[in-house]
Amino acid sequence: MKTVSSLLDAHWYERYTKISKLNIRSSIYDVTNRCNLRCKGCFFFSSDEHKVAAEQMDIAQWGSFIDAEMARGVNLAILIGGEPTLCLDRMEAFYKRLPTFCATNGLIRVPRDRFPDMMIGISLWGDEDDERMLRGKNTFAISSKHYAGDPYTYYLFTITPKQIGRTEGIIRKIRDVGLKVHMQLLSNDEGVSGFNWQPAELIAIRSEMDAMLDAYPQTVISSKYYHEIITTGTMLGRPFGWMECPSVTQPMDHRQPPPKRLTNFIRWASDLKTMHRCCTSETRDCKTCKDGAAHMSWVMVNKRAHMGTAKDLQNWIEVYEMFAKLYQFLPW
Amino acid sequence: MRVGTDLDTIVLHIAQVMISELKLEDVTADTFDPDIDLVDEVGIDSMDLATVALVLRDEYGVRIDEDDYPKLTTIRLISEYIQRKLAQGPESA
Ligand code: SF4
Ligand code: SF4
Repeated sequence: MKTVSSLLDAHWYERYTKISKLNIRSSIYDVTNRCNLRCKGCFFFSSDEHKVAAEQMDIAQWGSFIDAEMARGVNLAILIGGEPTLCLDRMEAFYKRLPTFCATNGLIRVPRDRFPDMMIGISLWGDEDDERMLRGKNTFAISSKHYAGDPYTYYLFTITPKQIGRTEGIIRKIRDVGLKVHMQLLSNDEGVSGFNWQPAELIAIRSEMDAMLDAYPQTVISSKYYHEIITTGTMLGRPFGWMECPSVTQPMDHRQPPPKRLTNFIRWASDLKTMHRCCTSETRDCKTCKDGAAHMSWVMVNKRAHMGTAKDLQNWIEVYEMFAKLYQFLPW
Repeated sequence: MRVGTDLDTIVLHIAQVMISELKLEDVTADTFDPDIDLVDEVGIDSMDLATVALVLRDEYGVRIDEDDYPKLTTIRLISEYIQRKLAQGPESA
């Protein structure tokens, strides 16, 4: 029988032992329905998720809700929105209780005296022109001033088809302000013209992402296997989609046969009662979904499937390590 | 169905259930090391364990509590758990 120790040499086995006991149990929280931007292609607003529930305004209710979340085993809170930094008290209620990650557009600086080591992911949608076109302003100019050199912050760079051949300039800018970057692909939820991925573009961007990882290993937090999975939508010959997705809210998940999935995962709306179908837009077509976290988790929950060869298991380890770094379970 | 309840028989039977339910290759019930770590070494996760637990519930009339999964990391530990529950009588099933 193939076992982990029969497949891995001492170096890889050592890496494996660092992640094998992590047991990450994440859930996602819409901290608010509001945002200080309105990006074209934002899944939250394009699917009207900001209208499904009225925000819970009582901070004490947030505290008891988070306690209940921890009691059901959540050990990583992923805060999204809208823009979470519009509600620092709610963010603090999470941060004081459990490992917390905040996704932000970076326009408001998170005060480090209140959140000294909270991991922050700043969304970035390309270079100055792309950002102006899709988001109405050059957010990098502002966010990079707020966070330059911050050891607990990275850019979540959403690559669009327009950026093929141009990602290096963006990676360099990020390196030059002393930050890290993780790359993902736009899903184009609002069907903005020219921003849908074509097969040849996906092939091109995969090799560009690989090249960026090779050229900037201290800056880019990624793995080539992740690039393969996200650009091909295929893992070990299996196509990604609804019947494979691991990031479906558990109480709403009635799929048969049940796929491998994140244990106890829920995405909560900001009334703390309503649940969303999955980690991203309710209205998104799973066939074209490029959600980075869902693809990473897809690999992570399928460990045994990656025990066919040493290379498969090493790929699995690299994706797990990447996720653990992005959510602070491992140092950079 | 009721199956033999001495420890060696339970060990062999659980190995057989794991091999067939989880489609494990290159191993037989006889060669499956009962002390190998199922999670860290074989790559079995809590969903796999739930699949196996369902079969064992039908066969032994013993329910494996999900909260106990983290402790049940080897076939021997699962076997001892089942044997303990069987000894406690049908109310624990
Ligand atoms: S900053 Fe984020 S939440 Fe706000 S509109 Fe843009 S993508 Fe949506
Ligand atoms: S839209 Fe994406 S993340 Fe949501 S269920 Fe479909 S595949 Fe999963």
